[in-house]
Amino acid sequence: MDIFLDQFFNLAIMQKAFPLLLKGAWMTLQLCVAVILLGLVGGLFVALGNLSPRRWVRWPTIVYTDVFRALPPLVLLIFIYSGLPFAGIKVSPFTAVVIAFLLNNSSYYAEVYRAGLISVAKGQWEAAASTGLSRTQSLIHVVLPQAVRNVLPDLLSNTVEVVKLTSLASVISLSELLYSADMARSVTYNASPLVLAALFYLVLLWPLVRLVSHFQRRLAA
Amino acid sequence: MANRPMLEIAALEKRFGANTILKQIDLKVAEGELVFVIGPSGSGKSTMLRCCNRLEEPTSGDIILDGRNIMGGTSSDLARMRLQVGMVFQGFHLYPHMSVLKNVTLAQRKALKRSKVEADARAMDMLERVGLAHKADAYPAELSGGQQQRVAIARALALDPKVMLFDEPTSALDPELVGSVLKVMKDLKAKGMTMLVVSHEMAFARETADRVVFMDGGVIVEEGTPDEIFGSPKADRTRAFLSRVSG
Amino acid sequence: MDRFLETFFNPVVMAKYAPDVIAGMGVTLVIAAAVIVAGIALGLGLACLRAYRRKIPNFFIICYADIFRALPPLVLILILYFGFPSIGIRLSGSMVLFIVLSLTLAAFAEEIFWAGFSSVEKGQWEAGIATGLGFTRTLVYVALPQAVRLAMPPLVNRVLAITKMTALGSAIGVVEILSASTTAQSFSGSATPLTLSVIAYLAIFMPMVVFARWLENRTAWKKR
Repeated sequence: MDIFLDQFFNLAIMQKAFPLLLKGAWMTLQLCVAVILLGLVGGLFVALGNLSPRRWVRWPTIVYTDVFRALPPLVLLIFIYSGLPFAGIKVSPFTAVVIAFLLNNSSYYAEVYRAGLISVAKGQWEAAASTGLSRTQSLIHVVLPQAVRNVLPDLLSNTVEVVKLTSLASVISLSELLYSADMARSVTYNASPLVLAALFYLVLLWPLVRLVSHFQRRLAA
Repeated sequence: MANRPMLEIAALEKRFGANTILKQIDLKVAEGELVFVIGPSGSGKSTMLRCCNRLEEPTSGDIILDGRNIMGGTSSDLARMRLQVGMVFQGFHLYPHMSVLKNVTLAQRKALKRSKVEADARAMDMLERVGLAHKADAYPAELSGGQQQRVAIARALALDPKVMLFDEPTSALDPELVGSVLKVMKDLKAKGMTMLVVSHEMAFARETADRVVFMDGGVIVEEGTPDEIFGSPKADRTRAFLSRVSG
Repeated sequence: MDRFLETFFNPVVMAKYAPDVIAGMGVTLVIAAAVIVAGIALGLGLACLRAYRRKIPNFFIICYADIFRALPPLVLILILYFGFPSIGIRLSGSMVLFIVLSLTLAAFAEEIFWAGFSSVEKGQWEAGIATGLGFTRTLVYVALPQAVRLAMPPLVNRVLAITKMTALGSAIGVVEILSASTTAQSFSGSATPLTLSVIAYLAIFMPMVVFARWLENRTAWKKR
């Protein structure tokens, strides 16, 4: 038991690693903001493409969502980070993460938006159009708010996944939370920093996970 | 009838694939006139109405609003035209995520670019007119069907339309709520609004319509004053329809 | 354009390393299959257990499901792989990957099945019990089939997302598709093996994505 505590819950080591992890957490937060915002905006455009009446818009965006939902995000990340330099395109780790996750997240968010947009009755579009609102105005003021409300639990649970995915950035040595924790582990030969990182993620994500469950229960009721 | 035509439908055709829904429809609605369209379901009357603000795109023909042809043009021309044509739907289609007041001000603000103060004042006037000023802060889900439909009318009126289109405005209502909506429509007529109404409220048609149009199978079979149509219909199809609905 | 093809679609490199990547596909498929079976079985078991509504077991089930839904799998993988040996538990990379992904899938599957159970009408339970089936048999014969049907579309999506995470094995030396191709990339000095890995993943997961879409559309249709 003692050895277990020493190996995983060593407070002295945790204390020492804390500042490093805090710095990593800051990077993780920056990544999250970039990746979530881009995913939310990109996903909306992809979803609108998915629902377009024009075939030459619809099909490419459907292929886009399917391909990037089929590829593991880590594969995308490695491809962009270590593959593109072969073609003379060098990207920083941060940029690589943002691009890889934009491709991945926008596909996932697009699926959520699509379900939401379909759930809004056609009459809402017609009512908005009949009062002289343009397509864009109808979308922004009338349809989108209802669509988002209808799929809020899915948007939220997808966002939880996006935050968790940022940990993959550690694989290409971007010094976010998990990378910092693993650095501390390799220096101390002790897993406590990793456990501390897990606690960071829990503090950040547990409330969101609870909220998702809460929404789902309310929708089911 | 001496008034100039406010809305003119000329040689309107609508086809879905091989199906012809509307054939060579010609109809004029004069300024301040209330024209009532009746006919069996599937006769094309709702499609005709929806062609008047191009929610349904006509296959051919012209729609002339206050002397201007509204066919063709850019999408912003289309939006500008729709501002001048108010529409009331069978299913109300209020925006469920907005208060009654916001429902009525949205298009004023975004499409007409009125200021918030101006739009709010105009909305309250219109809500007053339909008897629902006290519900301005309520949400659609808190209103009865009749109240929702009156808000929908206020929403259209607030844009100062030249014509109002009504697509079976009372068909989705409980019988006891129908009266409140018809009263608002009657009041509109008295104030000189040009109206084109698709509805099954025959008693209301008899009392308030200037002209009644009977449609069947995608064509206008006959039109005339309420007395002519209800009292002495000329066509067999009109007679058959009227005897069915009066049961 | 030639340079692009040479970099990403070099036929010589492709031919040379395709066998390695195909072997990686085998590893990916085996681990994925094991994760799917173990994760769904455990998740379903926990959801059934939760249906008995005993306070103490339910508290632990909910905590478990919450924690494993909130933690990034890579964190758990590193803890198991690098931390456990020093307390005398040495697990192979594949084993760690299997354990972490199964537990993660089980947490999500439990929540999905539970949501399915919750939306089975109360009258169904009452009908089962009133006809003398007893709670357990009502659970198995009446509630479960209805819950599973509701759970299918979200479950398939989740299975897809988690089996894709087998790529994380590359971080702990499991020779699955991604690590086979990154190794090949460094030996060959060409990006072509990475293209191979993309092709390999698409070959495995594209059919699953299309299946998931079909399943969703089908259930959406039935609701109307």
